[in-house]
Amino acid sequence: MRRHRLVNVLFVAPCVFAFAMNIIIPFGFGLYYSMTDWNGVSPDIHFVGLANFAGLFSSPDFIYSFIITVAYTAINIVLVNAVSFGLSLIVTGRIRGRNFLRAGFFIPYLIGGIVLGYIWQFIFNNALVAVGKSLSIAALQSSFLSKPGTVIWIMSIVNTWQYAGYIMLIYVAAIQGIPASLMEAAEVDGANYPTRVFKILMPMMANAFTISLFLTLTTSFKQFDMNLTLTNGGPATRFMDTPIKASQLLAMNIFNTATANRMAEAQAKAVVLFVALVVVALLQVAANKKKEVEL
Amino acid sequence: MNGDASPVAALGSGGALPAGPASGRGPRLGRLLLGAFVILLFAFFMAPFAMVVLNSSKTSREIIFNAIALPESWGQLLTNVRLIFTNPTVDYLGAFWDSTVITFLSLVVIVLFSSMCAWVLVRNKTVWSAVLFMAFVAAMVIPFQVLMYPLVRWMRLIGDAIHFRLLGTVRGIVFSYLGFGCPLSIFIFHGFIKNIPYELEESATIDGCSQAKTFFLIVFPLLKPIIVTVLILNGIWIWNDYLLPLLVLGSNGAVQTIPIAVTAFAGAYLKQWDLILTSTLIAMLPIIVLYLFAQRYIIKGMVEGAIK
Repeated sequence: MRRHRLVNVLFVAPCVFAFAMNIIIPFGFGLYYSMTDWNGVSPDIHFVGLANFAGLFSSPDFIYSFIITVAYTAINIVLVNAVSFGLSLIVTGRIRGRNFLRAGFFIPYLIGGIVLGYIWQFIFNNALVAVGKSLSIAALQSSFLSKPGTVIWIMSIVNTWQYAGYIMLIYVAAIQGIPASLMEAAEVDGANYPTRVFKILMPMMANAFTISLFLTLTTSFKQFDMNLTLTNGGPATRFMDTPIKASQLLAMNIFNTATANRMAEAQAKAVVLFVALVVVALLQVAANKKKEVEL
Repeated sequence: MNGDASPVAALGSGGALPAGPASGRGPRLGRLLLGAFVILLFAFFMAPFAMVVLNSSKTSREIIFNAIALPESWGQLLTNVRLIFTNPTVDYLGAFWDSTVITFLSLVVIVLFSSMCAWVLVRNKTVWSAVLFMAFVAAMVIPFQVLMYPLVRWMRLIGDAIHFRLLGTVRGIVFSYLGFGCPLSIFIFHGFIKNIPYELEESATIDGCSQAKTFFLIVFPLLKPIIVTVLILNGIWIWNDYLLPLLVLGSNGAVQTIPIAVTAFAGAYLKQWDLILTSTLIAMLPIIVLYLFAQRYIIKGMVEGAIK
């Protein structure tokens, strides 16, 4: 029995050790540092209470980043899920080459955020501008990435391009799990296609919607890689009479704050991101759980 | 046009979505429209890749002159690839090798240790196993941003204290990938092992098989389908990951990964799109080639990873 216990400990030890060293301990430090004057340079770190947090909600760049991150997340939730639901209907339909289409739509998900950010930067700054010039379309001749008003939408489009194929797979799996007899019965009863989709298919897929909304929400809220290489926060704009970066999402705001050696402030922002993520995710899961239909 | 004849109706069929019997002119027109729409949509999804290949085959001058024209000579692609691999400022070949080694080693330790841990957590119903499992699951909500700077400081402190460098080394980042990758992997293995009948292990024990042997000889081989899922989920993440390597390895350390090399390239050759795009092409090629061969497994793995 004692040997048994030893093996148990040895089996869980590597993961528990790596988990504690990389997540638990840094998390504890992270919470603590958010209440200090840590600047990444000085070895002396002093406790300052909630001063860092108090400063956040009066700093324009943080408020702005928070607002556009929420907006970006909201746009993504609608856009990504609408597009992927549409794609899932297409690739589960009778259309020829549906397996090929499904495989193709998924490819963007395999490309990392860093790489695809550069690719789309090229597309918006060079390719589309070239199209605009050769076809003399005025709207295309200056890059969409240089307009503070559209840049968030552009990022959402790129994000949708990346994630739609992935979320589509989740919807496809859900659709394939629904007995065909249900849809057939509704059809015999005279329900047309939109009615069947909205009244039968969608309620039956509530679980897939929960998963997809959750995934879209969390990935959008933490968006960093593509933000960095597509826009790097730009272009410049003004908010509350202060010059700020028009597409600097929360994660990038944290990154840039830390790069400026304001480590404790970055840490406080990260804690706000963490709390926001937890609250919204809990609310969302709870809301969706109510709507789920058990088969 | 009634409901069944609309474009959407034509696509709602096959498998779970049988549409009405197609008859008359309506459905045919609808299907034609739908077909055209799907082709356009697919073209939109593929266009960025076409742009990369097209412009990776051009010189910088050609791109500035016209970013959407066909290249003057496709042979330029090879020239650009050579320019990247022989570049003096960014060791792309080295980054490629490091990325491969880091991804491979991380996957080995994640699969091995997560499955071992998950197995013990499933087979021992104690308060401790429940608490540990809950901790792993709860930790998945923590965004990397909260951890990243304390992590670097902590790793430096530990490294200095025991004279074992973790920052800037392959072993350091593999250790971090084990820490960050194991919660989800344990969760996935946990769900799978729960459904393996315990009788199998029991009879092995009765036959005199030790506990460790029971796991490696009986249980581990049974995990094969779910190991593929874990490999794919973690593999795509690690190969494309940027922030963790940036923090642990640094942007110009001895060990580099592909995403860091790509950003280094873009930083050093500002707006030299011929080189930047070629470097992105080289970065995504391995994963796309892998996808072409293992598409079925990758799609299955991604779906299972999301739903569980």
